[in-house]
Amino acid sequence: MRRLCLASGLAFLVVFSLGPFVWSFLTSLKGGRELFSIPPTYFPQSPSLEHYTGVFEQRPFARYIGNSLIVGAGSTLIALGAASLAAYALARLRIRFSGAFEKALLLLALVPPALLVIPLHDAARLTGLSNSRLALILIHAALNLPFAVWMLTAFFRGIPGELLEAARLDGLSRVQILRRIVLPLAAPGLAATAILVFIFSWNEFALALTLLTRDDVRTVPVGIAMLSGVTVYEVPWGQISAAVVMTTLPVVAAVILFQRWIVGGLTAGALKG
Amino acid sequence: MRHLYLLPAAILVFGILGLPLVLTVSRGSGHFAALFSDATLGSVALTTLAFAAVSVTLEMAIGLGFALLLQQTIRARGLFRAIALIPWALPTAVMAMSWRWIFNDVYGVANDMLLKVGLLHEPIAWLGRPGTAFFALVAADVWKTTPFVTIILLAGLQSVPRDLHEAMSVDGAGPVRRFFSLALPLLRPAMAVAVTFRMIQALGIFDLVWVLTGGGPADSTRTLAQYVYETLFRYLNLGYGAALTAAVVLGAFLLASGVGAAVRGKPVL
Repeated sequence: MRRLCLASGLAFLVVFSLGPFVWSFLTSLKGGRELFSIPPTYFPQSPSLEHYTGVFEQRPFARYIGNSLIVGAGSTLIALGAASLAAYALARLRIRFSGAFEKALLLLALVPPALLVIPLHDAARLTGLSNSRLALILIHAALNLPFAVWMLTAFFRGIPGELLEAARLDGLSRVQILRRIVLPLAAPGLAATAILVFIFSWNEFALALTLLTRDDVRTVPVGIAMLSGVTVYEVPWGQISAAVVMTTLPVVAAVILFQRWIVGGLTAGALKG
Repeated sequence: MRHLYLLPAAILVFGILGLPLVLTVSRGSGHFAALFSDATLGSVALTTLAFAAVSVTLEMAIGLGFALLLQQTIRARGLFRAIALIPWALPTAVMAMSWRWIFNDVYGVANDMLLKVGLLHEPIAWLGRPGTAFFALVAADVWKTTPFVTIILLAGLQSVPRDLHEAMSVDGAGPVRRFFSLALPLLRPAMAVAVTFRMIQALGIFDLVWVLTGGGPADSTRTLAQYVYETLFRYLNLGYGAALTAAVVLGAFLLASGVGAAVRGKPVL
């Protein structure tokens, strides 16, 4: 009885979580007229990769990916660098007003990104940084920094204090302790945090949409959302599904491969907060 | 000296997010009065409140179920936890395109499945009618953000000491009683955090709206953030948009922390 309950619960969880992704995958393989058969076929009758090649040949999808990679990598590096320093201080050094600092970070991180559209659009205009990928790199770094600080503080707190004490007695400075002891020991935590921060940047839509309006600097989510709408009747659903799969498959793979550290880090961070 | 470690983070967050927010408040200051005579704002706020109330309630219920499930000792638990997390890690705007296809009136799988099990007798234009478009928006959001609630509540459940569980089962309390008298009260802080965070984000929902419905049909899914976007990019009214932004941010934080405090019995934020 208990086993049956558990099994059906888990089955529901898997279908619920993966359903839309799986449906996009099946759709992306249906070539020609099969996409528009009524009622829809569930499994592709003659699987084809035409939508995958089409999205690269007929759309600037490769450029969107390049832009997203640049923004993601740049913002992840900056966010992780700044967050490592801050998390080290918050986790390991006694700092006055650290509570107030964490609270201020949390409050700013909670503002929904779409409500930052006007403040940041205005700021980008004033500083001449409209349509600049650098602006989006800095903004994503700032948006994700509180989360990175929060995750890394939890990981750094998990390092045994005796190790750091021993290093201090050996005459290592604080910066050396961070570089040679804390960061290497927290490497899985750093990796999990980097992956999540990169994913958040890869996913972000509202600010990428409003700050980068020229097609040559667009990121993947904005590019895909814009694939629609030329006319209502000509939405290229096959290519859209192929693009959805290519954009989300790396994320699915990363979450499953690194689940131990990602889920562990998230729950440890949540426990602290 | 030690405070220097905080400096890069402080410059990034307060310089890039905090300062523009403050400037926006001052830019909007001349337009706050106009907020009160804006009839559109009232209906947009109502739509947003209804959306937040319905979707956050559903997310809390399903998220609690998933958290309890993933807390059990089961084989491949790590894998199931990762799978449960996946919708949260996927790009909202991109998956919104996937949902648009699922809810397509002619070729959509939602209609087909409901027709096959007999819940529908003819296909519905989900995104073409006000009531069903609102429902589609809620469904996509519940799918997307339930994992966030799950992970927070899972963390909360892990803080319930095992010995307490065992002590109670020795006393002969069944799993249901154990849950209501032991886990639920101890879970209240985690639930309050989840509700607060989710309320703020739901009140600021934008990506799904922009891609799935564009605020339509007949403005039935036009939310506050979508309205803010339109004041700037359709009506080109930066000053009013700034006032609106300030008001919505303040309102969302006040409301969400109020709801969170009600759940927990003391302030969350």
